[in-house]
Formats: sequence, structure tokens, C-alpha cells
Amino acid sequence: MFIKPRFRIVPDGTRIKFMRGRYMGLIVSAILSTASIVMFFYPGLNLGIDFSGGVVMEVHTQGPANFAQIHAALAADHIPDQGVQSFGDPSEVLIRLGTQSSEQGTQAAAAHVKTALEKGVPGATIERTDVVGASVSAELFRNGLLALGISLLMILVYIWFRFEWQFAVGAVVTLVLDITKAIGFLALTRLDFDLVMVAAILTVLGYSTNDKVVVYDRVRENLRKYKSMPLRELIDLSINETLNRTLGTSMTVFLASLPLALFGGESISGFAWVMLFGIVVGTSSSIFIAAPILLFLGEHRLRRESVAPPTPATASKPVAAPRR
Amino acid sequence: MSRSPARKTMMYFSRMKTTLILGVCLLGVLLGVPNLFSAPAAWMPWRTVHLGLDLRGGSYLLLEVDMKAVVKERLDSLADSIRQSLRGGQIFYQTLEPQADQNRVLLKLRDATKTDAAVAALRPLISPDVTTGQPDMVIASDPSGTITLTLSAPALAARAAGAVDQSIEIIRRRIDQTGVVDPEITRQGESRIVVQLPGIGDPDRIKQLIGKTAHMTFRLVDEAATATANAGGPPPPGDDYLPMQDNAKEKIAVRKRIDVDGADLTDARAGTNPDTGEWVVNFTFNSIGARRFADVSRANVNHRFAIVLDDKVISAPVIREAITGGRGQISGTFNAQSANDLSVLLRAGALPAPLTVVEERSVGPELGAASIRAGAISLVAGFLFVIFFMAFFYGLFGWFANLALVVNLFLMLGIMSMLQATLTLPGMAGILLTLGMAVDANILINERIREEQRLGRPPLAALEHGFSRAYSTIFDSNATAFLAHVMLFVFGSGPVKGFAVTITVGIATSLFTAWMLTRLLVSRWYITTRPKLLPV
Repeated sequence: MFIKPRFRIVPDGTRIKFMRGRYMGLIVSAILSTASIVMFFYPGLNLGIDFSGGVVMEVHTQGPANFAQIHAALAADHIPDQGVQSFGDPSEVLIRLGTQSSEQGTQAAAAHVKTALEKGVPGATIERTDVVGASVSAELFRNGLLALGISLLMILVYIWFRFEWQFAVGAVVTLVLDITKAIGFLALTRLDFDLVMVAAILTVLGYSTNDKVVVYDRVRENLRKYKSMPLRELIDLSINETLNRTLGTSMTVFLASLPLALFGGESISGFAWVMLFGIVVGTSSSIFIAAPILLFLGEHRLRRESVAPPTPATASKPVAAPRR
Repeated sequence: MSRSPARKTMMYFSRMKTTLILGVCLLGVLLGVPNLFSAPAAWMPWRTVHLGLDLRGGSYLLLEVDMKAVVKERLDSLADSIRQSLRGGQIFYQTLEPQADQNRVLLKLRDATKTDAAVAALRPLISPDVTTGQPDMVIASDPSGTITLTLSAPALAARAAGAVDQSIEIIRRRIDQTGVVDPEITRQGESRIVVQLPGIGDPDRIKQLIGKTAHMTFRLVDEAATATANAGGPPPPGDDYLPMQDNAKEKIAVRKRIDVDGADLTDARAGTNPDTGEWVVNFTFNSIGARRFADVSRANVNHRFAIVLDDKVISAPVIREAITGGRGQISGTFNAQSANDLSVLLRAGALPAPLTVVEERSVGPELGAASIRAGAISLVAGFLFVIFFMAFFYGLFGWFANLALVVNLFLMLGIMSMLQATLTLPGMAGILLTLGMAVDANILINERIREEQRLGRPPLAALEHGFSRAYSTIFDSNATAFLAHVMLFVFGSGPVKGFAVTITVGIATSLFTAWMLTRLLVSRWYITTRPKLLPV
């Protein structure tokens, strides 16, 4: 452990024919993404307070929460029951209210709940209050979507700039598929979709791109190295060569995020679960989605473009790759 | 780039370069260390990362300044002066209407031939804007006798900016009186104000203090009309029916004309009336206020004088004698708290427009502490996982990476302390993710070295190739992640912004540690041991 490495994730020099599974990979991905889109509309996302607006209060009660008592306290003050749920610990309760007709109304509703609790549930303390007005939540939602959209666009432009367009399209199509799955995951788990989740999705996006770039980078290098190898074999070779890195990095990021999901507390664990899911999806999509798309798009085009530099090279023999 | 001299220098570090790299690392560690301890002495330059409100507990309030009210006030006062000016010039009109939603005052003359005369009479009423020096109103007229005076766009913007700045100043004065430590009050966008109150888990009192415009006026009571004020029906011209503060159902007829304005107060203090023991607010006028107050009270002995705060009558006592000292007392149904709050509001001055709380986030200190604990546990556990992973899979080269990882952590903390960046709970998640991503660069390098060695290259050449080939991959893969998080910083808000800052800083520092520090370590190790085979 101190000098010599103990394990390899996969042995060196693997020759797994990943591209054989290209249709399988695309079909599975298409099914999952379609299912995710369906779930996006039905049952839909559980919008968090950032995007739905309204009031969320985290209440700490003396001993395990007595839900009947809380309901009664709210009912006594004519507060329409919007949802009282337990939150992690048995003595933690989350109370949610929708937006009211005006900003002042939403503020007043929060104050109303507070007085009702003070009266009806002795010993309860309010640990957290979030009040988001309708105008602000609409803005936050728009900004969240804007951040996602612009990030995708910038990734597209960047990869286009550094690679060929086939790589850029392949990466962005894969990323969109990844995002739809992450949204499906949110719809399935009923986790609140809020700004923190947008951050999680963007992080998954960044991570997943990172993964694709590594594989693509190797494809680019091998395109110069092996002038006559069929693209299909070449992509397989590139994936195999980078497999230890792909899995190794995924495992470290996965391991780093795991404690967050387990011990991070209620407010951040959702973020971590989306991350964990995204790492698995992102890693597999690098191999089974991004690479096949590149194969389809680049079959006849990529070869010619890369043959262009007049470096004399004998076929299939490794030569020092000229770097840009 | 792959010419031979460049390759030779890949694993070669001049003394200067070595010192520089180690110097940066040392500096980073020094700057990062204060975060692990509390400050030993006040005089030491002890900069630490700011903890976000979600971690230290506190309140975040987003306030919206009611710009319509700002515009309306300007238009109302303009309409008032138009009325007086036209009356003086014997010009009669059909309608004179401030239209706040269109930012203009509409005037229709009875006699269209007097349009030019009217425009000439109106021109002196338009004040040049304070900031731009341009007239703030645009006068347009047509031959039918319709004249509009529209607030110009720059004047509107200047007025909005002025209202926000003034509001910030007044909010600051009000909050300072409550003893909240380190409140942060900043403007956001055109018409919003962010108020951050560290340590205040329940901002109700602050919200009450900043939710009041606190415009106080002293106006005479129209006693004849008061008799019918509660019967319903419109007030007589020149009067307002205003409710009493402590009993909204009881209305009093108060003259529209403001005799003395609260802006002329110089001081206000809560106290008790020695005779009754009641809580009261004692106030002092400046010289203008004192003179007006004396004049009005002298002329209206035995009449009632209303003290109006935000269109509610606090009290309407009968004037017993002329009050000439410039001092007065407001009594109503006060308790210690409300008397104190009113005196704070009066001292701080009136807001130029009403404020609405459009977003509130408050976290109690216990929850913040729990979040820190949860974040710290996750951080330590994740860190250990990554360290063991690297050691198991890459042995010695894994330890090089681990050392770089520790330095990276300190560099991140150091830079964030220097920038006075805010660490939030998502930011702590960001640190963890950065740790995972930081070793990615090392994994790329190690895998590449291993590959080159398998191709039959001798150790030094394998190292050279490994580092130089991994470089473009590392750069491309981090650049995209960097771009995504810059976007998040631009469009995110609050804790999410903190997350984006942490990750962007982390990407930058991890590039440095993986690319410079590990390479230096490997190079020193190679020079001292000269191994025949690299243990990757």
C-alpha cells in the first residue's frame, strides 16, 4: 500500500468490444430517457420552495412530534393544511404552505403559522423558515434553467473548438440524455427540485463532460496514431485504454460523495444522491452512448479529416502523437 | 510542443521554480491554517472563510422597494404644484390627473387657446434631476388643450436608484439601533435590497422595524367632519379619514395639509410619563420644525392636533397652550417595546417608499451547528476514502497524489479566506467533490505513466511522456467543468453561489497541485532513488 499498488480495477490491455453493445446501449438509454420524460410530466417533479414559492418551516418539537397536535394547532387558526411531514429525526417536522395571492400575504401566512404553533404546540421551536414570494420563485426558476442551458451551450462550443464537431454533438446529445435521466431520478424519488438540485445537475454535467472528454481525447490521439484502423476498433481501443482511469475517477468521486449522502443531513443528502446517480449514469454513458454516437457521426467523415496532416506514418504502428 | 528540449525540461525543475512552487504551497497552507483554529489575538492577520448564514445561523431577507410609490409621490406633488400655479395664472382645467402606471400627469385645459400659456406656466415647476442635471419631466402638448408631463426614463432610473440608496441608509440606521452584530445591507438589481443578519434566527422584530415607512406628520383635526367620519361616505375635500392606530374601526377626519413633518425631528426617545407611569415618546424638533410647531399650536389652542404615522393616527390630543420649546411628547397605548421601536423609527427617518419582503431564509443557530457537524463528518469520511483509494490503487504515486490533495485543501481554504468567500453547506459538498475531482488529474497522469512504461519506455522517459501527454486531457476536462460552474455562479443565488465559488477555486488549485506539485515530488523522488522500474 505504501510503495506498490495493491489492486487494479481492470487488468491492463483489455480488449473488450464495447461497440458491439452500441445499439443495446442506445436503446436502453432511449428507454430510460423516455420514461424519465414521461415521469417529468406525470407524476412530475416535486418542486421545492425555491421554484414553487411559498413557506417552508422546519420545526423542532419536544420529544417525538405529535402530528395530530400540530394539525389541530394549525386548524385552530384556520390555516389550510398544506402538508406536514416528518423530516429526518422524529422530533423534526416540516410544514409547507403554498404561495398566497400577494407577497405580503405569503409573509403574513408564515407569521400566522408561527403564532399558531407557539399557541398550540408548547415547546416547539422553529429552526428554519424559508419564505419565497411568487416573483422571486419565478426568477429563480428562470435563472436555474438559464444556467443549465448556457452551460450546455458553452460545453458544446468548447468541445467543438478543441475537437471536431462530431465530438461536440456526441457529447452534448449524451449530456442531454444524462440530464433527462437525472430528472427522471428526481421524479421517481420525489426529492425536492430546488436550486441545490440545479447545482447537483450542473455538477453531474461538469463531471460527465469531464469523463467524455477523456475518452474523446484518447480517440483523437489514436486517430492520429493509427491511420488505417477502422473507427469502430479504434473507439473500442480508446475506451479500453482509458478504462482504468474512467472507473478509477468515478470510484473516487463516488466515494467522496457517499458520506455526504449518508451523513450530510436532510438538506444536503438529496444533492448527494443525485450526484451518486449522476456519476453512475455519466460513467456508463461515456462508454455506451457518447462513443457510439461518435461512431455513427464520424464513420466516414472523421477519418479523412484526420488523415490530412502530412506526417508520414506506417499503418497501425504507434508513433509519437503530435500534439496541438 | 513535443520537440526534444521541451521534453527534457518536463521533469526538470530549476532551483528557482522549485522554490516558487514550494513557496506557493507554503503560503497556501499558512493562509489556510487559521480556519482550523480560532484567532489567538486580535492583532494577528487572522483571515478565515466566512461561514454562510445556513451554517452559522441567521437571516437573509430580500426586500423590494415599491417603485410605484416613489413615482406616485413625485407625480402627486407635481399635480399639487400644477394646481396652485394654474390657479395663480387664471388658467382653468377640466382634468388634472396623476397617472402613476404611465409615469405621467395628464392635464386637460378648458380653453385650448391657453395651451401655450399653460406650458409656459408649467415649465418652471420642473426641477432638474439631481444626478443628471436634465429636466426630469417631458412636457408634451397638443392643440386640443391636452398636456402631459411624463417622467423621463433617466430621471425614473435616477429616482429609483436614489430611493434604493436612501432606503439602504435608513434600514442600516434602524438595524444598528437593535444591536445586531455585522448586518450586511446591499442592493441587488434595480429595486431590491438584501439584508443579511448573522446570528438572528428569528427576524420578526427586524422585519417589523424595516416594514414600516415611518412617515410621521402632524396635522390638524377637522372636528366638524370627525363627527360624521364613521358614518361612511367620502371625506370633505381637503380632509382624509384616517383610522386610529389602536382601533382601526374608529376614524378621524384629518386635514390633508401637513403642518409639521417628521423629517424635522432631530431626536426621539422612549420614556415614561412621571405622572401616569405610561410609556411615551419624547421628541425634539429642529429650528424649522420648532417654529412651525409653535406657530400652529399658538393659532389652534383648544383644537385637536393629530400625530399621524403611516396613515394611522397615533393620538390626537387637544392643544392646551402654545408649544414653543420645540419639544413634545407622543402618548398613546404604548408599552416599553413599542415606545422604543417608534423612537428608533423616528430617529432613523422615514423610508422613501414602502418595502416588501419577497424572500426570507432564516436558520436557527442549532440547525446551523448541526449542518456544520454533518458537513465536517462527511468531509473527513470522504477525504479518508479518497486517500485510501489512491494508496491502494497507485501505491507510492498514490501517496504523492495524496500529499498534493492535502496541500490542495489548504490552498482552497487559503484562497477562499483571502477572497473572504462564503462557505455554505452546498459549498462543503463542493469541497468534497473537488477532492474527488482533484485526484482525477493524478489518476490520468499515473495511468499514462504506467502505459508508457508498458510500451517499453525507461522510467524517465515514461515520466516525461506520462506528464506531457496527460496535460492536454487534464486541461480539456477541467475547462468544461470550470465553465459549467462559472455559469452556476452567475445565475445562482445564496448558498448555491457558495457552491460554485468553492468548485471553481478548487478546480484552479487542483490543476496547480496535480500539475506542479506532484510533478515536483515525482522528480525529486526520481533523482534521489533512480529506480529501474516505476512502481505504478
